[in-house]
This record gives sequence, structure tokens and C-alpha cells, in this order.
Amino acid sequence: MKNICFCFQIHAPYRLKRYRFFEIGQDHYYYDDMATEEYITWLTQTSYMPLCQTIREMIKLSKNRFHCGLAVSGTMLELFEQYIPEMIDVLKELAASKCVDFVRMPYSYSLSAQCSMPEWEAQVQLHADKMRDVLGVSSTTLWNTELLYTDEIASAAWKMGYKAMMSEGAKHILSYKSPNYLYGTCINNKQSLLLRNSYMSDALSFHFSDPQWKDYPMDAEKYINQLQQLPEQEQLVNLWMGAETFGVLQTAGTGIFDFLKALPYYAMEQGLAFVTPTEAAKKLSVSEPIVSPYPLTWTGEGKDLSMFLGNDLQQEATNKLYAVTQRVHLCSDLSLKRDWTILQDSNYLHYMNHIDQGSSTFESAYDAFINYMNILSDFLQRVEEQYPTTIGNEELNSLLQTITNQEKEIASLQAEIKKMKKKQK
Amino acid sequence: MRALMFGWEFPPHILGGLGTASYGLTRGMAEQKDMEITFVLPRPWGDEDQSFLRIIGANSVDVPGRGCIEFSGRYPNNLLEEIGNYESVAVQLAYREQFDIIHSHDWLTYPAGVTAKYITGKPLVIHVHATDFDRSRGQVNPTVYAIERRGMDEANHIICVSELTRRTVIEKYGQHPDKVSTVHNAVEPLANPEEFVKHPRKDKLVTFLGRITMQKGPEYFVEAAAKVLDRTDGVRFVMAGSGDMMAKMIDLVAQRGIADKFNFPGFMRGKQVQQLLADSDVYIMPSVSEPFGISPLEAMQVGCPSIISYQSGCAEILHHAIKTDYWDVDAMADAIYSIVKYPAMYKSLSEEGRNEVNNIRWVDAGMKVRRIYNQVLGWGW
Repeated sequence: MKNICFCFQIHAPYRLKRYRFFEIGQDHYYYDDMATEEYITWLTQTSYMPLCQTIREMIKLSKNRFHCGLAVSGTMLELFEQYIPEMIDVLKELAASKCVDFVRMPYSYSLSAQCSMPEWEAQVQLHADKMRDVLGVSSTTLWNTELLYTDEIASAAWKMGYKAMMSEGAKHILSYKSPNYLYGTCINNKQSLLLRNSYMSDALSFHFSDPQWKDYPMDAEKYINQLQQLPEQEQLVNLWMGAETFGVLQTAGTGIFDFLKALPYYAMEQGLAFVTPTEAAKKLSVSEPIVSPYPLTWTGEGKDLSMFLGNDLQQEATNKLYAVTQRVHLCSDLSLKRDWTILQDSNYLHYMNHIDQGSSTFESAYDAFINYMNILSDFLQRVEEQYPTTIGNEELNSLLQTITNQEKEIASLQAEIKKMKKKQK
Repeated sequence: MRALMFGWEFPPHILGGLGTASYGLTRGMAEQKDMEITFVLPRPWGDEDQSFLRIIGANSVDVPGRGCIEFSGRYPNNLLEEIGNYESVAVQLAYREQFDIIHSHDWLTYPAGVTAKYITGKPLVIHVHATDFDRSRGQVNPTVYAIERRGMDEANHIICVSELTRRTVIEKYGQHPDKVSTVHNAVEPLANPEEFVKHPRKDKLVTFLGRITMQKGPEYFVEAAAKVLDRTDGVRFVMAGSGDMMAKMIDLVAQRGIADKFNFPGFMRGKQVQQLLADSDVYIMPSVSEPFGISPLEAMQVGCPSIISYQSGCAEILHHAIKTDYWDVDAMADAIYSIVKYPAMYKSLSEEGRNEVNNIRWVDAGMKVRRIYNQVLGWGW
């Protein structure tokens, strides 16, 4: 029996405001709230909300047999809480149905896995907490930012208890093999690796309404038939895409929502089942381990990190940002930590790509870089004010340790004084 | 294909961008095997490069009843008289020379082209390197406009150096869009790029280079400089060139209290220019209206990052340059700051910019012009 594993990614960045260099050191607020609200509202209305409502309906109509995964980032949840609280209600309903797996992500959709492992672990944990607090869900499957995957990340994830990893079914790791199996990581034979079927996923994201496409017009019956016709042994088809596929890339007018809604009917007719990523990992057995020493993502021609860290601008921004990781981890200033988290959003690096700037509102990669670096300069100044760079990390650590030790000692001494005073009485 | 070109300037004796563009374009076109170019100049100096075309001096053509007419070859006060004389020479050449098409560069030579067209019936292509709207910031000289307008009306096809100019030609001179094409200028590759290296210096150098006139927007450069210097040390500003606004600019620099960080080295030429650009960390061209603007390309050739205004034609083809509106002093200051402060910005603009400019070649521009010739002549291709 074949299993269809849908997973939709819901994430949008905070819009950064126009931040000129003469504001460095004067203004510590980096976000354009109006633009963010407008952007998030538009995305939610055209895509996220109709998609989640469709999923809810599909679950209902299929009598809880439609299952899928949702990758919602922590910052996205924050934005929903702030601007579209009704979206939280819908997500809660989906969570309550038990048919949706809210897979784990780095909190702010960062590429920290590539730059700083401790930060990445902190972000994944932060996401776990946020999902538990807001939606009351947990998951043992990990969707890393841009499906970034290396053996090292798998290893770190295993230590944190993640039994399944999700990534791209790229040619350079699979070669002749099909992505339609459950693979394992090379770290541990109990940890599984799910790989996206990019052909069938991109068919929806990019070709669904393209009259030049050989399968145009696509309908649910035809799509399910294509899945059914895959070789018998191929048991798992991972159809993962950004939620923007529904409503933005393929507008509602193309019939994409109706297409989606009709899928469970034809799937059940053909005897196909729907699974969440976590269920897929539990249900199927691992065919063989995959080795991926180099970063693998779902972006670009090379399915690597070149879209985010491919040019000098992107590398400088990343290096500058992550150079202060330890400092930020040491400090306790909440607003500083929050800015630190948000500024790691990989979209900001995407904006600095010369060829494809994604959802950028900047006029060019250079413009995006100027703005980001100005903000980062101010941020780094704030870090510097907390802990001057003249003190080395280790020295700083020991100083902080001394301070906390002294605080503890003072507390214990005070307790002793109290006790003695009591005795005196 | 034989082309008779009317021009006004040709290197090495040039006064502005027209000469550079004329040279580059003819040079690029000469790469086509069957292209024969005859270039008419008011007054050749004899040291022009004639390896790829034939130059005829208007001052050596015998005009019946007048003999050889004297030309200054510059932009003298009696410019209109020189244009008229040039036209009389064109009459003689039209009868004497063998050619398939006539090509006039800039308004000074439009009357000559139109006359040659009337005598021979051969098609006329005119090349708009600038219009009077660019030169005068909107205060158009009616006589010049009339000459330009007549040239455009009579031309079989009009070539503009940018989309910006093309729009001016269509909107302000009432030309049919089908008759007007854009062929962007290119830049001659440097013979020996290694010659111009950046000398190490303590301060970062931000350079403005060009005529200090209203058209070039020098005051926006000074205002941006003031903003940068307000927050930063270790940056010096250079305003090279001369022009009618120079004194005013020196006053403005003094008023802003940044005279100690500002240099006015005056007019520069030849290798001095390239060396200054190579030494600069930023080249800035805040032109209010620039039909094309070849100097940012020259700066990028020697690896100097460029900031240009959207109101410049070259902004249409450059990706690895920073673009701002000419009046947006904040954005300009921000761009300067980022280039001098963030090493990746300098590196990226310098390296990618150099690669980009090295791929903007006159040969390609020449091919576009050739396609227009073929289309006008109905030769097909």
C-alpha cells in the first residue's frame, strides 16, 4: 500500500524597516510593523487561511483519514498571535484533530545549523516550547530550515531525540535511487530520513496552471493515478511545499484548492493512504542509510546553500551575525535575544542573492545588504555595550561564573544571617 | 555595407562623451567583415586611429565658390554657423562618396545628414547621444530643438543610447515608437588593466568626476558627503572636474564645514582620470539627467564601485552598481557608508562590477546598429 505524505511549510519573515546608517546607535527598533502586518494579512488571506480551512475540511470529509504535516515556524506563530489570532484558532483545531503533525523547526527559520550548532539546538528547543505552549503539540520529526541537512545535523538531532529527519530528494545524494522509500541516516539505524519527491511536489507548486506543461490540465484523479502507477515497492511519496503554493503561486482561480480537496476521495478509491511525516517514519521500515556530508537543501539548481551563502555579501552578513553567538547566549537582555533570533531569518540572506531575491522588498541585493548591515551594526553595538569585545569569551565566562557564584554565596550567607537572628531571638 | 557617418568628435581630441562613443561604436562595427565606414569630422588633427575606418576632414573638402572652409571642431560661440558650413560640405560629399546609408551622430550633424539624404535618396539613421532636455534641465533652446526635431522627423530610424533618451524622443519630440530603438553604449576594454592599481592610503576616497554643472548634480554629492562625515572618520571626498557651478560648490562645502575633508583637484584627463578612479573606493555620479553616462563603466573597469542615479541611462544595464534617485541624499550617503565600512560590499561591487563591465562590448552594440541598417534598407538578415 502506498502512502502519501503531505507537508506544508508556513513561514514568512518580519519586514525590516528602512534603516539608514545615521540611525546606528540611535534607534534600536528594526521592524516595519505596518508592512509586516500588511504582508502577513495578505499571505494569510490568500494562502494560509484557505489552505488550513481546506485541510480541516479534508480531514472531516475523509473521516480523519487525511493526514499531513505542517511546518510552522515560531516567529510565524508569533506573527499570527499578534496580527491574525483567528489563524491560531484554526491551527488549534487542526492540532486537536490529531491528523496533523506539527513538525519541529528552528524557531526563526534560521540557517544556524550551518553556522552555530548551540544556537540551532536552542532554536529547536525554543520552537518545541512554543508549539507546546500555543498548540499543545509535540513531534519527533525535524524539518530544518530550507530542508537543510547534513550528517552532522542528523547527529545533533538524534542527541536531542529526533527520530526522523526531513530533506530534499536531490539527485546528488540519491543518484539512481528513488526518493519514494524511507531512508535512514548514517548516524543511527533507528533514525530515519524522509526525502521529498521534488518532481511531484514541484508539479503542483510551479506547473499546475501552466498550459505548456505536458500534464496540463491536472486534476485530482490524474494526479493520484500518477502516484498509483509508481513501482510497487515504492511505498512513500513525500509531497512537501511552501504553503504559498496554494493561493499565491497557484491562485485560487486555478482551482488548486478544489484539486487538493478532491485528492482524498481518489486516493482512497485507489487504496492509497495519507500519513504524517512522523507516522511514515514509524510505519515503514528503513531501506538503507544515506550519507550526506555536504549541505543539502531544497533550493536552487544545486540543491545546496548557494542561494543563501553563495556570495560575499551573504557570507559577510552571516559571519558578522554569528561571531557574537556566545556573547548573546551569555547575556540576559530579552530584547537583545529576541532581535538576535529574528535577525537570523534566512529570508534576509535570500534578499542578498544577486539572481533571485525571493520575497524581497529591496531594490537589489546590495540595497538589502546595506539595510541589513546597518541594522546588524546597531545590534552588534548593543552586544558590545553589554560585553566589550576587549574581554575574551573564556575570560568573560569565568567572570560571569564568579558573579553568579558570588550571588549564590551572598544568598546563602544572608540565609545564614537570618537563621542566626532567629536563634538570637 | 558602406556607411557615411557624420560626427563631431573623435579621439584623441575629445571634449565629452560623444567622441568616446563614436570611436567605440565604429570600432565595434568594423569587426563586421563587410562594413566600410567613412567618418566625416569637422577638423581632424591627423593623429586619429584610421586602421578600421576612413576619416574625411570637412575642412579639406573643396566647396565650389568657397574653397576649403575653416572649422574649429569644438563648440564655439558661432556654433550655428559651423553647423551650416558642415552642411555645405555634406552636399559635396553626398555627390562624391559611394555609400548605402547615412548615420548622423548628435544634433550638430543632423542637418548634414538630412541634406545628404535629400540629395542621394539614401536612408538616414540618426544617433541621439543627448537631447537638449538633458543639457538644459528642461529649459530648451528653441533653435536647438528645431534642429533636433527636423533631424528626427526626416530620419528613417532613430537610435538612442538609453531607454530614458528613447522616452524623451518619443514624448518630447513626438516620434513614433516603432521608429525609435535603443542601443546602449559600451566601453572599450582597457589595454593594460594592471597598470592602474590601488595605492594603499589611510583614508577612503569617494570621487565625483565630471563637469561641475547643474546636469551632473554636484550639490547632492556635497550634501551626501556632509551626512557621511557627520558620522564617520577616515573618508575623503574628491570633486574632480570644472564647470560653472564649481565656485558655488566650494562655498557649499565651506558652509557645511567639511572643507578639510574635501578636495577640488580641477580638470583631469587621460591616465590621470583612470588613476584617480583606481585609487578611489567609491565613484559617484548623481546626475539629474544623463542620457547614458559612460564614466561609471570606466570606474568599474578599474575595479572602483559605482553609485549612480536612476536618472542615468547606464542604470538600465548595470546590476553591480548602487542606484539611487539623484535627490535621495540619504540613500546616497547610506551607500557610501556601506561601501567604505563593509568590506564585502566593496569586494563584491569591485569584482562583480568589473566582470559585468567587461562583458558590455561595443561589438554587440555594433551588431544592433547593423540590424537596424539592414531593417531600414530592407536587406533582411
